[in-house]
Amino acid sequence: MSSPTSTALAEIKLDPDRWLNILGAWLLALMWILPLIYAIWTAIHPTEYSATFDLSAPLTFENFERAWAAAPFARYFLNTVLLVSSILAAQLVLCTLAAFAFARFEFPGKNFLFVLVLMQLLVMPDILIVENYRSMAKLGLIDTITAIGLPYMASGFGIFLLRQTFKTVPIELEEAARVEGANLLQILWKVYVPLAVPVYLAYGLVSVSHHWNNYLWPLIITNSEETRPLTVGLSIFASVDQGVDWSLINAATLMTSAPLLVAFLLFQRQFVQSFMRSGIK
Amino acid sequence: MLQNRMWLYGWLLVSPALILLFAFTHYPTIATLWSSFFTTPKGCREASFVGLENYQRLLEDDVFWQVLGNNSIYAIGTIPLSILLALSMALWVNGKIQGRAFLRMAYFTPTVLPLIAVANIWMFFYTPGFGLIDSIQGAFGLPSQNWLGSPDTVLYAVMAVAIWKEAGFFMIFYLAALQALPPSLHEAGRIEGAGRWYMFWKITFPLLMPTTLFVSINAVINSFRLIDHIFVMTNGGPDNASSLLLFYIYETAFRFWDTAYGATLTAVLLVILGAVAIGQFYFMDRKVHYQ
Repeated sequence: MSSPTSTALAEIKLDPDRWLNILGAWLLALMWILPLIYAIWTAIHPTEYSATFDLSAPLTFENFERAWAAAPFARYFLNTVLLVSSILAAQLVLCTLAAFAFARFEFPGKNFLFVLVLMQLLVMPDILIVENYRSMAKLGLIDTITAIGLPYMASGFGIFLLRQTFKTVPIELEEAARVEGANLLQILWKVYVPLAVPVYLAYGLVSVSHHWNNYLWPLIITNSEETRPLTVGLSIFASVDQGVDWSLINAATLMTSAPLLVAFLLFQRQFVQSFMRSGIK
Repeated sequence: MLQNRMWLYGWLLVSPALILLFAFTHYPTIATLWSSFFTTPKGCREASFVGLENYQRLLEDDVFWQVLGNNSIYAIGTIPLSILLALSMALWVNGKIQGRAFLRMAYFTPTVLPLIAVANIWMFFYTPGFGLIDSIQGAFGLPSQNWLGSPDTVLYAVMAVAIWKEAGFFMIFYLAALQALPPSLHEAGRIEGAGRWYMFWKITFPLLMPTTLFVSINAVINSFRLIDHIFVMTNGGPDNASSLLLFYIYETAFRFWDTAYGATLTAVLLVILGAVAIGQFYFMDRKVHYQ
């Protein structure tokens, strides 16, 4: 934050409209950040300070240690990492192949199939829980990490995003590669993929944060410690007789969101730009 | 010959993704409609065809109507407000304002936090007698209130969380749109001596219309889709006062294991989303022309 110069200060004093805007913006920002600040406050102070905001309160990491010991969070972390990385890997491969075909191939039924792909932007697997559960039961996949990820691996959004990107690649580049004797997959890998790296990054960030935070479907499809992701683990931890030990619950809450939060704070610009890029239609 | 090879490659490339899409999006959509005409299979008893019986039950189900009403209030209450806030945030962050980086970070933070986790944090704010909101009210001499325990306030309490969670996310789309606007428009307006409000309503706002539409559609879908905080904060209670459609579907199908009725409820949700899609096409036709 740059310190305002004297002329800027004079301007603020002169312009009540601008002054009100700054006040509004800051008030809203404080309201938006307050829950997080509060969670951090209770998590790093002993329980008895969770409702009294005394700056001299002693700092402690004990809440984190107790929370970590009270539930198998290490296992939940492992499950979540496995889940988001397998979803992302599958999405990248499947969406790249499909997007390439939709962007650069002509084949019968192409438009119809593309409409089917776009349908998923509206009807997401998130709401088809009843029938997807039944399918998973038939496949014998209940309570597996595969079952949590499977409905999300072919992403309509990802196909759409990459198709738009591939369409902007100059066709001359592809022809040049073809002249040099590259086959289809080589063209895709050497020409299209490198040019789409920023989009992949954007999509990857959105996908990881979405699936890290996903709750309802994992809650339904898992029922053991070995498969539960962090979100489900956290909700069980917070509901099972922790009483009103807010320090403990908030420590666990912060712990489970920490990797995303820290990544976000470190790479703020990239995060915001990624979300921006993925939102441009 | 070459063309046939092109067809084959095209199909081969799209097939893995489309098979999965079909298996977990299209098939369940059709199966939902199909199951809604049958009974729930129990043990060795197969599902039997009952025609519109499930829909009959739906019409007579008071909880369903209550939940649908709740979801309407939820959508009407959260969508315009979060869009308005998102737009304000984007305008602030896009301009030259003191502490821009901090403001952007503060607005966007709720987006990266899991809804289930922030629900835990908000729970504390609402705790009667002890929570933050009550403490503030107490300081002004107002009586203590059980926000999540009273049917009159519980829905608004969970709506507040949704607005808080979503506004920063929608801000991003407005920010992207604002940065894509040609600066010459505003310069022209300034030369003409147009006031800030005038410029916003006559230039910026109309140009942001496609974004507003896009964000609105997303907001409508999210108001039916994102229900994680209900689980932590209220469990739909008290007396279903904070239950939303998808939560009711979950309860019906996975707490009472009445999957046929769960499918019937899902069918209603699909119809609602279909209506949103049709509305989108209708609006797109009219609004996109002067882009």
